[in-house]
Amino acid sequence: MRLEKRESRSPALMLLAPLMAVAVALVIVGGLITLAGASAPEAFLKIITGAFGSRLALTETLTRCVPLILTGLAAAVAFRARVWNIGAEGQFYLGAAAVAAVGSGALGTILPAPVLIGLLALTGAIAGAVWLLLPLWMRLRFSVDEVVTSLLLNFVALLIVSMLLDGPMKDPLAFGWPQSLPVPDDAMLPKLIERSRLHIGLLAAIAIALLLHMVQSRTVFGLQTRATGLNPDAARFAGVPPVSTLIKVACLSGGFAGLAGAIEVIGVKGYVTSDLSPGFGYSGIVIAMLANLHPIGVVAAALYTAAVFIGADSMSRSLGVPTAIADVTVSLSLLTMLVAVFFTQYRIRA
Amino acid sequence: MTELTDILSAAGLWAAMLRIATPLIFGTLGALIGERAGVLNLGIEGIMTFGAVTGWLVVFNGADLWVGVLAAALAGMAFGLLHALMTVTLGLSQHVTGLGITLFASSLGYFIFRLTTPAASTPPTITPFQPLSSAMPGIASLFDGGFWGAVVFSQTTLTFAAIAMAGLLAYIIRATPLGLAIRMSGENPHAAEAQGINPVVIRYGTVMIGSALMAIGGAFLTLSAFNSFFPGMVQGRGWICIALVVFATWRPERALFGALLFAFFDAFQLRLQAVLADSVPYQLFLMVPYLISILALIVMARQARVPQALMQPYRRGER
Repeated sequence: MRLEKRESRSPALMLLAPLMAVAVALVIVGGLITLAGASAPEAFLKIITGAFGSRLALTETLTRCVPLILTGLAAAVAFRARVWNIGAEGQFYLGAAAVAAVGSGALGTILPAPVLIGLLALTGAIAGAVWLLLPLWMRLRFSVDEVVTSLLLNFVALLIVSMLLDGPMKDPLAFGWPQSLPVPDDAMLPKLIERSRLHIGLLAAIAIALLLHMVQSRTVFGLQTRATGLNPDAARFAGVPPVSTLIKVACLSGGFAGLAGAIEVIGVKGYVTSDLSPGFGYSGIVIAMLANLHPIGVVAAALYTAAVFIGADSMSRSLGVPTAIADVTVSLSLLTMLVAVFFTQYRIRA
Repeated sequence: MTELTDILSAAGLWAAMLRIATPLIFGTLGALIGERAGVLNLGIEGIMTFGAVTGWLVVFNGADLWVGVLAAALAGMAFGLLHALMTVTLGLSQHVTGLGITLFASSLGYFIFRLTTPAASTPPTITPFQPLSSAMPGIASLFDGGFWGAVVFSQTTLTFAAIAMAGLLAYIIRATPLGLAIRMSGENPHAAEAQGINPVVIRYGTVMIGSALMAIGGAFLTLSAFNSFFPGMVQGRGWICIALVVFATWRPERALFGALLFAFFDAFQLRLQAVLADSVPYQLFLMVPYLISILALIVMARQARVPQALMQPYRRGER
């Protein structure tokens, strides 16, 4: 038995691969649910109704989608250029903290709402970008692998935020909870649907995905990032400026992750806590891989991931299956997806 | 200044250094041998978590402590097999596969822990490994009250096993035919193949043994350092190990030194934290381990000679 490269990749196979991957992952998850003493078909039904079955469920799933689309794009845009940004979690937190710091200050009271919102979104994006430029600088200057540094910086970022929440940014009215001062009402994003938590950040995230797709497929910069990712030496030879391309990619990637944090603050919470993100940064990596790094695919993969998290949460509560099943489902989907993508390129020959 | 000298002369600091170093030695060695054969295993953080859960659960359900260690090692090996299947046989990205395995192994670990252990306000505990002083009271009593007695005999067997493992791996890699085969698989698998070595077998073997070591490092946390499991307890130790491999320039004896040095700083900052608690936020101290790891990477990255075929998939007859 050996593996043989396929001559061509049929579009049907490319579309089938993610579906097969998710199906295999769900079969294994079904086994785990059975082990937990619940009926798998009933559990899957509860996950689906828990994610889409009511107005509340649907709006909650879509609300959860917003940060996931952005962290997914952060990973996708970076991985395409082989910038291994594993630090989206830290960039998310710094983006959120920067927004809370600026928004709760004097600027928050004098600027008109649209200007303030724009300024805050930009602030979050810049904070996130800076936090990724740091490991990129270490890679370019000292040839240190950014996988490890961007990962380690996640822990540092979370500690910085925790320190700020204990100190200068602490809300004195929060009964001693480590929570930041809130941003003013003017800074909050308008709701997309009344009496729900769904805000216009969803439209912004989808628009950014579409825009990124256009940039990647239609512009010189898009080609340059792809070339840098596929073969940096060949790209340099062909006249692609390697350093400035990498810096632009890092600004986009860190910026998206920081923006995700910013939007979570001005869209949902209004303030920062040190448990603002249940691993949005790490989920972003999975989402990018599930989407095969395609920006439009990221939106679909984020919806899948959000549905698994929201749906599994409500299923867990009613059937007594541990909530960790959501993380198991998503990470298992990543592994099966990697294998599925492989078999779009190779076939087994006896 | 007297506070500094007090900290440095206390046996507690040096005992803590050995204790903190142990999981890092196991983890770093585990990552190191895989990388020497050409495979980066970023599954380490999750494999350590899974090892911590498995070892603890087995002991909690009545088995002997050493059975717990063995179970953790076997579980680690299973994830190593998965990593090798995906990165060696299929040649998938070692970065992405490793991260996927970390996410999968840790979430599966939490799932199994929650499934078998009902939620309680205080986590259930086991009786962990006892310090050497109670295992061999005869010899230990000779050192009673002394500095060495407090530093060495307060450790458990696993700590000495970790140190011995570093020596053993250093010897194997440097001086045995197996070590040569491992090095060749990581430097030039095609040349290895020409010498009659099967790089695929070597890579499977080192990744699986390495993952077993990572899992034992995790199990040390729940079976020796603490007596219970809680989510997030591995706390980036796996990533620190990956940095330590670079700091050690891929040599087991230096990995031992690096882990001890790192653990010294960590033990020191913990004690400094107690002295300076009023004037300095505790988070600054908690950042120290991560910042030291990054610093170590910067210092060593230029001089380190990376195994040439690291992260390059090997397929027979394909270049």
